[in-house]
Amino acid sequence: MLTEADQAAGLRQQVREFLAGHDPAAMPRLEFLRARFDAGLAWVHYPAGLGGQGLPRSFQAAVDAEFAAAGAPDNNPARIGIGLGMAAPTILAYGSEEQKQRWLRPLWTGEEVWCQLFSEPGAGSDLAGLATRAVRDADGDGWRASGQKVWTSIAHAARWGLLLARTDPDVPKHAGLTYFGLNIDQPGVEVRPLRQLTGEAEFNEVFLTDAVVPDTDRIGDVGEGWRVAQATLMNERIAIGGGAMPREGGMVGLAAAAWREHPQARTPGLHDRLIRLWADAEVARLAGARLRQQLAAGTPGPEGSAAKVVFARLNQELSAFELELAGAAGLTYDDWTLRRPESLSFFGRGPGYRYLRSRGNSIEGGTSEILRNIIAERVLGLPTEPRTDTRVAWKDLPR
Amino acid sequence: MTTTKDSRAEGTTSAGAMPDLRYSDAEEQLRAVVRGLLADRSPLTAVLARVDAGGADDVPLWRALAADLGCAGLLIDESHGGAGASYREAAVVAEETGKAAACVPYLTSAVMATTALLGTGDADLLGGLASGQLTAALAIGFATMPGTDTNAWPVRIGPPEDGDAPGVARLSGTVTGVAGALAADVLLVPGDGVPLRLYAVDAAGAGVTRTPLVALDATRPLADVTLDGVPGRPVATGADAARAVAAALTAGAGVLASELFGVAEQCLGMTVSYVKERHQFARPVGSFQALKHRLADVWVAVTQARAAARYAAACLSTGDPDTPVAVALAKAAAGDAAVLAAQECVQLHGGIGFTWEHPAHLLLKRAKSASMALGTPDRHRAALAALVDLPPPSGG
Repeated sequence: MLTEADQAAGLRQQVREFLAGHDPAAMPRLEFLRARFDAGLAWVHYPAGLGGQGLPRSFQAAVDAEFAAAGAPDNNPARIGIGLGMAAPTILAYGSEEQKQRWLRPLWTGEEVWCQLFSEPGAGSDLAGLATRAVRDADGDGWRASGQKVWTSIAHAARWGLLLARTDPDVPKHAGLTYFGLNIDQPGVEVRPLRQLTGEAEFNEVFLTDAVVPDTDRIGDVGEGWRVAQATLMNERIAIGGGAMPREGGMVGLAAAAWREHPQARTPGLHDRLIRLWADAEVARLAGARLRQQLAAGTPGPEGSAAKVVFARLNQELSAFELELAGAAGLTYDDWTLRRPESLSFFGRGPGYRYLRSRGNSIEGGTSEILRNIIAERVLGLPTEPRTDTRVAWKDLPR
Repeated sequence: MTTTKDSRAEGTTSAGAMPDLRYSDAEEQLRAVVRGLLADRSPLTAVLARVDAGGADDVPLWRALAADLGCAGLLIDESHGGAGASYREAAVVAEETGKAAACVPYLTSAVMATTALLGTGDADLLGGLASGQLTAALAIGFATMPGTDTNAWPVRIGPPEDGDAPGVARLSGTVTGVAGALAADVLLVPGDGVPLRLYAVDAAGAGVTRTPLVALDATRPLADVTLDGVPGRPVATGADAARAVAAALTAGAGVLASELFGVAEQCLGMTVSYVKERHQFARPVGSFQALKHRLADVWVAVTQARAAARYAAACLSTGDPDTPVAVALAKAAAGDAAVLAAQECVQLHGGIGFTWEHPAHLLLKRAKSASMALGTPDRHRAALAALVDLPPPSGG
């Protein structure tokens, strides 16, 4: 029985051997990343043949560190966060073998960016009520999807979308959904920027008009879409709130650094707030570490919702703190120009941007209110509110 | 500030450095045995009856926990008759004593006094403690914050009397608000002198008066301890004595965080059960979103507190340099979580939760009292600010 330290040392050795045969300075970035994937050193907790080695996720850090130390290019995880954090685990759990082989490699290397086509103007918290229709072709080989999606981060840079669509309006709403991988690069898909209160358009509206979806791009069974979507959402909440980071990583580090750099701005009230927030952030970091230790490979449970609720609150309070600490500069903003960023950033730009962007943290990926419902019902087992919408056919619901 | 920066980086930058924050199988087995004993011998109804009768320590229960289950010797190495376990196991026992609001001097004897003696190698005392034959208490007020820098201990040192063994001093003075003193056979008393000495005193000896206080938390009796020319045998001197006292307070606060987590988890569990059963407006009250969201917030706080408490226990176990940060974080987080959970327990039980007959108040008092003992959350956060280089406003 190998100890964890032995296994980690073995992995580092594998990376060194790989690097001996693949000089990152001498080969194109994409080729290097593809070779790394094929060597099972992309994400070691994924199965062999799909970029991994079936190891616990905790070993990934040793591999990444070894590659970073050698100056090897990475796959720019910030740019493909939705693919890595949501699409990949969903495909792994529910995709066919052919889909895994086809999608996971270009997803990991960043050749193909993924986005998420879930929310609609009429279906936010009530996601299961969504109205985008997917209708089967007469020959049964494919589908045509029509409808409007919204809050779609990075759709303008994406090649694929995780599409949740209604395939049967005659059954109750949760039962009539099917999940697809949608090729964004086709005439039936129009992506329009959706400007946010930060001034930029990280999000989009996506209009589907008879968009073509081959049946081979269906993920999971027909009518099983809600269950597949849960896997995506649970992973999203972990991805947003539960990432590994060092002490003072993320927003708390920015706030602490600002405090240390600006002694003249300190007040007793701000000090009290900062210590509380620092302690809460560090405890949240420990809770995230514990959650990751508990997670076997696969789909995380509803417990991940807590990480996201806490993350949203801390980002909001820390960025508000930082803005107040900035004094007169806190009354200014860097730039209101409409931009379309290529990657998602909660911590970039200035305190004003961070303050505004953080308001979205308690809305995106499930509002904090919905997440509290999930904790109450799925973790604590409390009864649901009396509901009128879950037993009747979707088409008969008032809207 | 060099040490500050070191402690901030320790265990945080390299990915392999985070200790295991889960419970091991052995820890879960220990928990099951302790929980079984407490469920059998000390259900909350029995604790309530004991409090009604005056709130003394449950001596038979303590004997069973300490001696029969060996929980008194968890921290003591095998050469002294202990189990050679660590603070991780000790913290699991504390979770259970917290959940049960058990009237046992576990924290004060098996954790705090034992920790003070670990470095002394005092075979008689450690052997007695490990076997459960002896119960000890550190004669320091239970409200004391770890790291309190005092050279002014309230007990004065007088010269030995004829016939005293070599090294013995005669101690006089009063220590107020000591937890575990009434159950103790031996008191560990810091004497006011240079060098600092920690003395062992026979708690039942002539000249020792233990005056019970009316404690906010009747499940953990407090007493004022008055010594009047009592012989004390030195067990640690100078830097060793200072280290012993500091280690005892730090370990006490760290393990008390796990006890507080246990209280919080119990309160949450009781409340969730109740709101599922209690019907108003022809529905279980737990189906109302207003209550569900409050309980979700309690669950989040409890979950976070557990991670912090496990981290503190892990750091204490290995003597990690991050221990002061870990203990401050855990004590603050678990204290706040326990008080939140206990207050919500009372509130969401409604009228019945405010009655004497319902055990919610036992947990509320245990939570509030323990959250203030060994440093309030606010004091621990202030300590944290200094440890992690977040200085207050100058002159503030």
